[in-house]
Amino acid sequence: MSVQIRHGLDVRRFFALLLKETRQILRDPSTALIAFVLPLVLLFLFGYGVNLDTARTRIGLAVEDSSEAAASLAYDFSSSLWFDVRETGSVSGLGDSLVAGDIRGIVVIPDGFGREVAVGGGRIQIITDGSLPNTASFFAAYAEGTRAAWATRRAILQGRLSPGSETVPALSVVHRFWFNPELSSRFFLVPGSIAVVMTMIGTLLTALVVAREWERGTLEGLMATPVGMGEFIATKVVPYFALGLCSMTLCALIAVFVFGVPFRGSPLALLAISSAFLVPALGQGLLISAATKNQFVASQIALLTAFLPTLLLSGFLFEISSMPRPVQIATYIVPARYLIAPLQTVFLAGDDWGLYLPNIAILLGFGALFFTTAMIVTRRRIA
Amino acid sequence: MNGVRLRAIIVKELWAILRDPRSRIALLVPPIIQLLIFGFASTLEVKNITLGVLNRDSGYWSQEVIQRVQGSPNVTGIVVLRSEAEARTAIDRQHVIAVLRFDSSFSADVTSGKGGEIGTVFDGRRSNAAQIVSGYIDRIAAEISAGVIGRYISAPSGSSVVMNWFNQNLDYLWFTMPALIAIVGAVTTLSVVTQSVARERELGTFDQLMVSPLRVHEILIGKMVPPVLIGALVATIYIILIPLIFGVPLSGTVGLLYLALIFYLLALTGIGMLVSVLSGTQQQAFLGMFLVTIPAILLSGYASPIDNMPGWLQIIAWLNPVSYFLRVCEGVFLKAMPAQEVLANCWPLALIAVATLGTASVLFRSRME
Repeated sequence: MSVQIRHGLDVRRFFALLLKETRQILRDPSTALIAFVLPLVLLFLFGYGVNLDTARTRIGLAVEDSSEAAASLAYDFSSSLWFDVRETGSVSGLGDSLVAGDIRGIVVIPDGFGREVAVGGGRIQIITDGSLPNTASFFAAYAEGTRAAWATRRAILQGRLSPGSETVPALSVVHRFWFNPELSSRFFLVPGSIAVVMTMIGTLLTALVVAREWERGTLEGLMATPVGMGEFIATKVVPYFALGLCSMTLCALIAVFVFGVPFRGSPLALLAISSAFLVPALGQGLLISAATKNQFVASQIALLTAFLPTLLLSGFLFEISSMPRPVQIATYIVPARYLIAPLQTVFLAGDDWGLYLPNIAILLGFGALFFTTAMIVTRRRIA
Repeated sequence: MNGVRLRAIIVKELWAILRDPRSRIALLVPPIIQLLIFGFASTLEVKNITLGVLNRDSGYWSQEVIQRVQGSPNVTGIVVLRSEAEARTAIDRQHVIAVLRFDSSFSADVTSGKGGEIGTVFDGRRSNAAQIVSGYIDRIAAEISAGVIGRYISAPSGSSVVMNWFNQNLDYLWFTMPALIAIVGAVTTLSVVTQSVARERELGTFDQLMVSPLRVHEILIGKMVPPVLIGALVATIYIILIPLIFGVPLSGTVGLLYLALIFYLLALTGIGMLVSVLSGTQQQAFLGMFLVTIPAILLSGYASPIDNMPGWLQIIAWLNPVSYFLRVCEGVFLKAMPAQEVLANCWPLALIAVATLGTASVLFRSRME
């Protein structure tokens, strides 16, 4: 008789447990922290703080030549929109500022520049701070651009070049960027951060909460009641699933209404993709907690196996195709990998179920795997 | 301060963390895995590119461009597309990052001097990669223009000589690796220290500490030792492995790096202690740690330069210990940073440490009463 009770699903009991879990979540202020405050902080950081679109670069200018040409070029650098000339002086003095990080590069107009220009040349030196590779290549390109523009304008003014004829290369390239014509980095960072937020709620929070129950022994207590394993897991998972979706909705609304990220797909698609992702995320959380039974260890494992891969190996920040082969293979077992492309598509490109469905299927497959393993481990741990 | 009591609490705190073999593993293995993942995954170069080509031109020049593109070391595959619809699907499904289009008159335009135009369409969802790939294609087009055909009008002359100091080839790894000392140091140290008080409170042993003969400052010092030691251990592993495995030069004085490291770990411990004193449970402490660590890392200048941030966020960046230590790490590794510059970054760290540890001990005292 008792065996039957254990395995049968009692609706009343199930809802009682569900209510208990939900209340437990709602009464803990840290839940509100992770579900609502943390996503907000993350979105604002990705929206405002992480800006890959470069601002004006602070530079130093070393003018070693006293000719009119040198002064004229120096003036162009000082009045450029791309540069903020902070210091002038000798290369060695500016070098110290470069080491200190007060400036990001040095433009040297060397002695003899005026004479070279007079005979149809004119070479400048661009010194970049290689310890910041991105800023360095940006600075080198724009500094050379400023010099070339100056040389062209001077040639036109002196009548050596007729206006309009200066740039007819045999080949030119016209770039068009679909979905994000201005290439605003916010457009891919903000949708991507939804993946990070859902990983935190799905895996980190679930792993912590269930690990705490193991740690305190309340879980064994629950297991001694007629509650079945499936029922137990469902009541643990459903509230966090709902919480994850609430948090996702909040993020999406902020992305669209605060950061002006376009939303070209349908809400239904976003819901389907997010729900599919939460399944493996929650399964992984349960698995970690059952395997570790310790909050501190669970938190570290969840960070390492869920949070960091979502951030680094999902294609959110770094291109998967650029990674070395073994790392690329490792990305196939990161569930977030299958979330990023659909997520970016639903925001920026518009619905494409041909892209969504295979990814959703893979996510659900991972979910089934994690849940089955979690159940086996839990059962073994209790026995 | 009593030496015996202090030693007892330090030993107790170290045991609390290191006794469990799983927590020993959870502390030391992740930093090493992170070193490898970051080292190999975080590249902003774009390699192994697959491009689509929609060629309506039957002439020589489109073939020349395609061959050049195919020969580029960063391009691994070319997908031949037959229609606009195919091009659209290839981009939508992310089979290719970009499509090159040649009109039927392309080669004729090149030879007639009108100038041939390559139309490219990129997947703007991956805006960063798209931008980098567009740079590669521009460079190839310019090379063919200048080198093969030589049709550039040569009137405006002159040139620039670019020298990249500290990192001649602008190797991105040289930037990432020293930064990791600051970042992983922060994650490890904060995750240990934020648990310290919260765990005692959750387990109820906080009351036992209160009735013990230990003074408040002795308890606090005892709780500061393990995170500082573990942070220093992780940093040391990194300082040894980074030049050895990744070939990043360590051009400055290691002693100066350690000097800054001590101030950095104290500042982190202070911040973590504040979080821990304010949390009632381990879960809250962990979430609080997250709420502090993520902004600290993202606003440190690692993810994107501080210069690019809006002014009000830059102020937060100046209160962030990670920004200062990041600068010292980059400086000592790549720039042979002199003592004076290292010290200039140490005193803000010392200020942060004093302020946070002071506040934490006041709060701790008030919680004890």
